[in-house]
Amino acid sequence: MHYTRPTALQDVATHYCAGCGHGVAHRLIAEVVDELGIRERTLAVAPVGCAVLAYDYWNFDVTEAAHGRAPAVATGMRRCNPDKVVFTYQGDGDLAAIGAGEIVNAANRGELISVFFINNATYGMTGGQMAPTTMLHQRTTTSPRGRETRAEGWPMKVVEMLAQLDGTAYAVRCALDTPKNIRAARAAIKKAFEVQLAGQGLAIVELLSACPVGWGMKPVEAIKAMAGTMTAQFPLGVVKQREK
Amino acid sequence: MARRMPEEGRVFVQSESELAAISMVMGAALTGARAMTTSSSPGVSLMQEGISYLCGCELPAVIANVVRGGPGLGNIMAAQSDYFQAVKGGGHGDYRLLVLAPASVQEMYDFAYLAFDAAFAYRNPVMILSDGLIGQMMEPVAFRAPQHLRIAGVNYDASSWALTGAMGRPPRSIKSLLLGDGVLEAHNRTLQEKYQRMSAQVRYEALQTEDAEHIFVAYGICARICQGALARLRGEGLRVGLLRPITLWPFPSAWLRAHAAQLRHIMAVELSCGQMVEDVRLAVGDTTRVAFHGRCGGGVMTVDELCAEARRVFTQEH
Repeated sequence: MHYTRPTALQDVATHYCAGCGHGVAHRLIAEVVDELGIRERTLAVAPVGCAVLAYDYWNFDVTEAAHGRAPAVATGMRRCNPDKVVFTYQGDGDLAAIGAGEIVNAANRGELISVFFINNATYGMTGGQMAPTTMLHQRTTTSPRGRETRAEGWPMKVVEMLAQLDGTAYAVRCALDTPKNIRAARAAIKKAFEVQLAGQGLAIVELLSACPVGWGMKPVEAIKAMAGTMTAQFPLGVVKQREK
Repeated sequence: MARRMPEEGRVFVQSESELAAISMVMGAALTGARAMTTSSSPGVSLMQEGISYLCGCELPAVIANVVRGGPGLGNIMAAQSDYFQAVKGGGHGDYRLLVLAPASVQEMYDFAYLAFDAAFAYRNPVMILSDGLIGQMMEPVAFRAPQHLRIAGVNYDASSWALTGAMGRPPRSIKSLLLGDGVLEAHNRTLQEKYQRMSAQVRYEALQTEDAEHIFVAYGICARICQGALARLRGEGLRVGLLRPITLWPFPSAWLRAHAAQLRHIMAVELSCGQMVEDVRLAVGDTTRVAFHGRCGGGVMTVDELCAEARRVFTQEH
């Protein structure tokens, strides 16, 4: 474990709310980038959403994509620069709704990119609207009576869906709630980079993350609510691991 | 390109959509690569999102639009009805594209060089706006770099600004999100200054305009049709000329302003219901009468049709 600031993380305070998982996810990625010695050849694509400002926090080259288009931008970057390490960092509204076409086709092409997918079951930045991953019965500003399947469909299980595609080499779901789960998330992030470095295909790590403001909960309450409720609808663990 | 690009050690990707295609171009451009994409009208509508981002991020790229009939799914015949979209900014925000209008297959080839030169000279997207006739016709082409068209001294080395990995330098970010108080306004001012500089790239062809009393203004396939009409009308004693804008933005407004007083009539000829004609009228104001002849929805005027209209309009007294 590292108890110092990773080189790949800038020495600045983030704008994230208390209890939000973005800061943890940023740090885990930065730790792994340092550990693999790839900081100077890493190119990242930040999303539209709260984490758009990730380029102010990571200490490597970062751009931003239009909402949902990060896998296509990453495709252009990686295809033209096979010596670089490229990853996208996307939320659920970004990846699973407006960008569903881009992630599905990038995965299907087996693009050599790593995708870090923050699933907090809501559109956090815009005020807590229903996302494709909003849980059943979860109240949001656009599902005020709680998500019902008849009107709003089911929570989208992104890693299970992408695992069906032959181009997806690695698909895993982790949670940023307990120390144990955070350690597992770090290992998954490392694996996702290794899969890219080995040229195996697209790697996606779904990171369940709390959004206390979007959920209308206190930070500790929100993090505690993840175990059980969220993990029941989004089971943790490796969904797919293709070795070559 | 699918066959040739890999043979040249370059990259070709078939995208799933035009949204993805323009984003892939953006990804490539972010790293300093020379990237382009191409589509026809409905697909280019989808690309407007990415084009706005490319402009906001000041990234070089080339987009070719071989225009078909619209609106909606329209048809697959030739049209010039995407002029407004290309020239006035089809996406969100204050931005400009340099827009090139080839009128021959040779120019389709030549303008690719010019387009990349301009894209890198100004770090801005450039659009080649063609039509379904120029895009599909067969003509002899000389495959050699058109040195007479190229912009001298363009620096294609992107290492000073591109995302190349933070090796031995601080990290870079390329973005168009500018939240600080006044920062976006300052960025827009900088862009406008750049567009002002880009206006030096205005290009046009003036045919038989020295003694002309009447001119056609037409680009692309319409300029070719006007050339046919020109020869015939001259033979009938009408002193007719042709202004062919090669850049649609920047538009050759200065030429029109300078010649407006000598001209009795100007006729804009387009495969649209009247788009470029607005720029002609803006250029000359009330100085000269500006008529319009257009066909739309895939219709194309014949030389006979154009001559008849020209005889009617050009013989009118004010």
